Order: sequence, then C-alpha cells, then structure tokens
Amino acid sequence: MVAISKIATGNGHGENSPYFDGWKAYEANPFHPTDRPDGVIQMGLAENQLCFSLIKKWVMQHPEASLCSAEGVDRFKETALFQDYHGMPEFRQAVAKFMGKVRGDRVKFDPDRIVMSGGATGAHEMVAFCLADPGEAFLVPTPYYPGFDRDLRWRTGVQLVPVVCESWNNFKITRNALEAAYEKATKANLRVKGLLITNPSNPLGTVLDRDTLRSVVKFIDEKNIHLIGDEIYAATVFMEPEFVSISEIIEEVECNRDLIHIVYSLSKDMGFPGFRVGIVYSYNDAVVSCARKMSSFGLVSSQTQHLIASMLSNDEFVDSFIAESKDQLSKRHKYFTWNLSQVGIGSLKSNAGLFIWMDLRKLLKEKTFDAEMDLWRVIINEVKLNVSPGSSFHCNEPGWFRVCFANMDDHTMEVALSRIRTFMLKHNEAMVPRKLCRRSSLKLSFSRRRDDLMSPSIMSPHSPIPQSPLVRART
Amino acid sequence: MAIEIEKPSVGLSKVAVSETHGEDSPYFAGWKAYDENPYNESSNPSGVIQMGLAENQVSFDLLEKYLEEHSEASSWGKGAPGFRENALFQDYHGLKSFRQAMANFMEQIRGGRARFDPDRIVLTAGATAANELLTFILADPGDALLVPTPYYPGFDRDLRWRTGVKIVPIHCDSSNNFQVTPEAMEAAYRCAESMNLKVRGILITNPSNPLGATIQRTVLEQILDFATNKNIHLVSDEIYSGSTFSSSEFISIAEVLETRGYKDSERVHIVYSLSKDLGLPGFRVGTIYSYNDKVVTTARRMSSFTLISSQTQHLLACMLSNKEFSENYIKTNRERLTRRYDMIINGLKTAGIECLKGNAGLFCWMNLSPLLEEPTRESELALWKVILNEVRLNISPGSSCHCSEPGWFRVCFANMSEQTLEVALKRIHKLMEQRRRRN
Repeated sequence: MVAISKIATGNGHGENSPYFDGWKAYEANPFHPTDRPDGVIQMGLAENQLCFSLIKKWVMQHPEASLCSAEGVDRFKETALFQDYHGMPEFRQAVAKFMGKVRGDRVKFDPDRIVMSGGATGAHEMVAFCLADPGEAFLVPTPYYPGFDRDLRWRTGVQLVPVVCESWNNFKITRNALEAAYEKATKANLRVKGLLITNPSNPLGTVLDRDTLRSVVKFIDEKNIHLIGDEIYAATVFMEPEFVSISEIIEEVECNRDLIHIVYSLSKDMGFPGFRVGIVYSYNDAVVSCARKMSSFGLVSSQTQHLIASMLSNDEFVDSFIAESKDQLSKRHKYFTWNLSQVGIGSLKSNAGLFIWMDLRKLLKEKTFDAEMDLWRVIINEVKLNVSPGSSFHCNEPGWFRVCFANMDDHTMEVALSRIRTFMLKHNEAMVPRKLCRRSSLKLSFSRRRDDLMSPSIMSPHSPIPQSPLVRART
Repeated sequence: MAIEIEKPSVGLSKVAVSETHGEDSPYFAGWKAYDENPYNESSNPSGVIQMGLAENQVSFDLLEKYLEEHSEASSWGKGAPGFRENALFQDYHGLKSFRQAMANFMEQIRGGRARFDPDRIVLTAGATAANELLTFILADPGDALLVPTPYYPGFDRDLRWRTGVKIVPIHCDSSNNFQVTPEAMEAAYRCAESMNLKVRGILITNPSNPLGATIQRTVLEQILDFATNKNIHLVSDEIYSGSTFSSSEFISIAEVLETRGYKDSERVHIVYSLSKDLGLPGFRVGTIYSYNDKVVTTARRMSSFTLISSQTQHLLACMLSNKEFSENYIKTNRERLTRRYDMIINGLKTAGIECLKGNAGLFCWMNLSPLLEEPTRESELALWKVILNEVRLNISPGSSCHCSEPGWFRVCFANMSEQTLEVALKRIHKLMEQRRRRN
C-alpha cells in the first residue's frame, strides 16, 4: 500500500463537524414542494437567492457579456487566452467600484490592490500562507464560520485561537476578550500573527460598531499583528446601523496600514458562489505582490471575469441591485423573525447576513452541548429542518442555532415556519403538564419566559410583545 | 506608502519571502522583455516575437464556430432559465455533465485505448493547481519528488513553493534523445537518499515539455516498474496528450495500466487540462484523475480552494459532449499542429539548425550547442541574451528547464500566425548567416 501525506490522512478537511452532518441529512432527503414535500428543508446554507430575477434580466439584456453569444463571441479568443495573474483591468476596476458603492462610496478601492483567488475559501487560505508560518496562530472571535477551521489551518499548518464572545453583551468583541486570547496563545507558546474578524458577522448577522472596530484596530496596531477583515456579507446589511468597513476605520484611526487586509467575494452579496470570485485586498504592497503570485493556484476564470466586469461596471444595474437586495433581505428577515417570535422563539437582534442567530436555550433539557446536539437531532429528524448548531461555530454557550432564510422561495419559507409552529406547539403542550404539577414554579417559569422575550438583545425590533400561544393558553 | 521606521516591520511568512515562486528565472525574464516591446506585424514589426509561451492558437476558429452555432445552449438557454442554478452550483464534485464530457474527451484523445470513469475526475482551476494539490496529498514537507530533466520551469513553484516538498532531478541527456532510463532513476533515488530525503513519487510529463516528444511504451513500463519497486507514486502530467501529431504515437500511462489489468494502479495519478489542447488557459480548467480512492476523496475536498467556475464548466460540458465537434476538433487540431511543426523544423534545418525529433506539443527542442563559445550554462545564457536583445525572439534557455546539457532551447510555434512564424524564421536565418560569416 503506497502511503499518502499526513495532511491527506488527517481530519483537517473538517468534514466530520456536525455543520456538515445536517447537510448530509438534507442531501439524503431534500425537500421539494411537489416531489418530496416531507423532505428536509435546507436552512444550513448561507446563500442569497432573493434577487436572481433582476440579474437574469440584466444578463438577457446584455448578450455581449457572454462569450457564447453572437455579440460576445468576437472577444472569445482574447479572453480564452488571458491567464495573467494580475487579472483583467476591467474586472479589477469593476470590482473596486462595486466594493466602494457597497460602502456608500465613503471609501475608494484601488484596482491595483485587488488580487484574485478561488472564492473566499481560496482567499483565506492564501492570506494565511502569506502571513503565517506553520505552527503560528490567528485569533478568531467566536462564534465563527466553521469553514475557517479548514480554510486557515488544513494545508497551512496555522493554528486558530478563539476570542471568546458571550451572549450577555450580544457577543461583542471586547478588549478584555482579545487580551485574554492573546495571553492564552502566548502561554501555549503560540506566536500570534493576526486577528481575523468577519464583519458583518457570520453567524451572528450583526455589524461591528465603530467603537469596537476602533478598539480592534488599536489592539492589532499595539500588538503589531495583522488584521484580516472578512467583509463577504458587506452588501447584505439591510437595516440600521450602517455597515462600517475596516477600510473606513483606518482613515480615522492611526495604524500601520501594512497590517490591514480585506477578504471579499461575490458569493454572498451577488449570490454567485458557483463562479468562484474571491478577492484579497491588501494595504501591504509585499502582500499584494506575494498573493498575486499565489493566485496562480486559484485564478478566476477569464470567462467569468469578463461577465463580472460587464455587469459590475453598469452603474444603473449595480445601484438598483444593491437597493433591491437590501429590500428583499429586509422583508424576508422581518417576516421570518416575526413569525418565530409568534411561537416564542427569539433570536439575536440582527441587521445583516443571510441568517439569524436563533435562541433555543430555553428548549435545552440542560445547559450542555450534549443537550444542544440532542435538540439539533430532533430538529433535523423530526422537524426536518437543517439548521446549524452553535457548537459547530465554537460558540461558548449551548442553545444557539444559525438558521438561513435567504436561500429559499416564499412557499418553502411557509412550510418551514409551519413545521416550526407545529414543533413549538407540541413542545409547549409537553411542557405544560409538568409545570402544573409544580405550582410553586409556575409563576417563575412564566416570568422568566417573558423576560426572555423582552430582553432587548433578543427581541426582534419589529415584533410587538409576542402573543405566544403558550401565554394565551395559560391566561 | 509611509515607512514606519520606529515600528519593527511585521513579518510575513517564510513562504511569502522565499524566492521559490521562481519568477527570477530567465524563463520569465524573457517574457518581461517581450511585454516591454511586443512584436506587431503592422505597428511594431521590429518588436520581440514571443516564442517562450506554450499556447495553442491554431484552432480558435473551430471553437468560435461552435459558439456561434450553439450560443443559447452554451450560455444559459433562451431567457436564461439555467442561470440561477448555474450561479449557485458550488459542489466540489463538479458538474456531472462536465466530468462526463471530460472523461469522454480524454478517451477520444487516446483513440479509445483507455477508459476513464467520470467519478474519478477531480476538477481544479488549471493544471498549476492540480500539480500543487497532488503534491500536498502525496508528500509531506521536506519529502521529495523525482522529476526527469529537462522539465517545465513552473514545476519549481507548483510542486515546491507552498508545499515544502523538494524536487530531485532525474538527469537525461541527448545521447539517447533525453529518454528516462532505469539507471538515471536509480541514481536520482540514491541522490535523494544521500541527502536524507524521503522520495514519495516520480512525476513525468507525457508528451514531454520541453522536448515535444512522447514517452515510448518500454520507457513507461520501466518507470511504472520503478515506482512499484520503490513503492512510490507516479504522476503523469498528460496536458499535451491532445497535441500529438499522430493519434497512434501517444501512449498514456492509462493504457499501460489497462494492459496490466489495473494491477497496482492505486499509485498512479494523471493530470490534465484544457489549456493546451483546446487553447483555453484563461478558463482555468484542470483535472486530476486518480486510480486511488483516498486520493480522489481528498483531492476533491482540497479542490474547494480552487474550483472551476460553474459558468465555465457549463460552457465546456456543452461543447465537449458534442461528439461531432470534439472528434473534428481533435483531428483538425492535430493536422494543423503537424503542419506548423513541419514548417518550423524545415525552416530551422535550412538555417542549419537541428532539433530533437519531436512528435507532439506546441514547441520544438532546438540544439544551438554548436554556437556556444564554451559548453557551459554561462555561454548558453550569453547566447540567449543575444537572441532576446538582438534577434528579438523570446525563446526559453534549456538551463531554465534544468537541462544538464547546455545549448538547448525550447521554441514555441503555435502561439502566433504563420506570417509571424515566417518573420521569426527569417530572423533566425539572418543570425545564422552572420555567425557563418564571422567564422
């Protein structure tokens, strides 16, 4: 038997995480409105499917953007031959302009600092290869996207040290938490090379406020470590407070710009994960130069560069797309969270992303991750929804779940909500008899539930005090 | 950019500051000279002619014709109903229709003498990514791969840069037309051992870059036997398999395995791409075909870092599953490359220059050793500079391909029009005339 490498035989690919178990359940029995109405509904995949009609319309009106049309075929040869790792100038200019527009044109991006990569997945790995040696570490605030465990560590040998964020202050990144993580790494003899933040946050769906961003920049500047800002959800901010990018903060706060790098992609904002358009934007010339060379291992198809260059240089389309996308996301988010609150389910107050951070702590049999897994299995197998358990995001507190809402049509959303309603009704009915037997705890549990619902961090701003069927049944 | 003198400069990684990216090689220096002064028939007739880039431009009209006749299918259909599904498709298994089309295409190229299972095809963004990815899977940092010389300069970066794996050369020379021999393989293996390097595999390119020749069946058997004896992997980069001048002369490692009943095949992996045969380097279409299940699974997972754009997968699935198109393309492309090859070989012969007998690829392996002042690398580079700066042709010096014999140069012929090739040949004639008069 001929051996393969340690990287190949290890578990660094990360697929044994529960994050992917739910996907497997979905794949084995996927929901379809007519063919499989009892199938599992995929709510574990953060995709943006709400604006395709707008994009399709543009595509049909612009046949020259495709190399396959009569209007576009005369660019075929030139495009097919173009393999320069600098990327097409029109592509870089269009992406730089788009990034600026998404930030309200409060900052400008230099097309010459734009480096391509194989999606944000490729971008993160590439940045890790550029900034850290095997065995060195990045700090990452929890909860964080499970893919980071693979993308930043697998082939690079880099380690991740969590910056623990907690629910009591809405999972904000505090200076204390940063310091604690840095100290923990140092004690473990790990050399910290950088801090990776995702803003807007996955899985929280929140944006970092100005003070936190300033504090983060000050921290990395003092410690002389890199700051990587994953801004992949930048255009999904559908409500106040406004998105503040790292690119804006460095104009306000003194810092060494050689430490600042942004990862971006069109997979979430535009809904094009298949096109593999990843971007590394660095303020450090040496990193731009090195990353550009490395991008040879994951260039964007020139056919796709051509399409994207056409699309994103069309100001009218871009402006209407950004506005329409925000609008659709806002509507979907409001509808979803309101309906959840109606059955007594709260979530972290959020204004961005393609998901909510759902609070099911009160449904846990005990405050343990085992109980979270038990609940999750019930949700997958009985309620038939694939949601992502907080533990797979390294959340320090059990009971939180990420639930995606932008990757389905209205009908599927209704089916998902009705399943949740049914489940909560069953759950509340099951709860009631136990509580009646213990009269002394009756009032306690009721008031606790109301506090949960009314705590500002948990309640959705749009819902009035929810008329939970449980409350009604009791009074 | 302000330089903060007080603050210590924050380090980048060792990988980032190393020079293993390989861009300081003369292979790339010539490209820079071309970029600064590119030949153009009308606007810059005295510019540098690019003969250092192995691109295939002879068959674009066939591709363009296909697109014109099938524009709706190859895009997203009338009214673009397929757009959404295509834009969302990010499954690292790749589009089934595309994998099927690639498997069929690879079979057609080999005249049906080998079968390919679409489920063993892993997709990567170019052969560059495929070679690096395989190296990550087959070897640990500090281990070694054996590679016959002369070899494609890009391997120094693709196989070594981020992987930390080393290349130990298997020296080949002109005495037997640069073929690999069992003795040369043993010598390389012993050399690796003496340096305390663990050899994990041997990587061959067949047809060879830069030689422009296919590997003979007996030699392939010897290489496979060697790999089996040492219990190491065998990677066969067959990126030029569709660019052979005659269908019957190319023998793929897949055929050798087939005749052996696939015994012991789990050490064999094939790399392919559409960059050369179809002339689509910009589309980033690479594949790994492995007979080893664990390698297929792992490669598929790793391909997450370098997937092929679903837009491109869709277009090529349409194109390559059209049997009429693909058969005609393979045949016509071969004929045109053969014609180009004959043109340059005869042109060089008339100028008094010999080349290695070639039967494949987009280049010929030219012997200028008679022109060297001394049989040294320095002399070769001096001659190369003259050719670049005075004759204004960017050709690739053999030393950049790690050739152990000085005086050989790789000359590409398929990346230009016939007229431009004529101009290049005229310039070479002139150089040879001048040299003869000098002597």
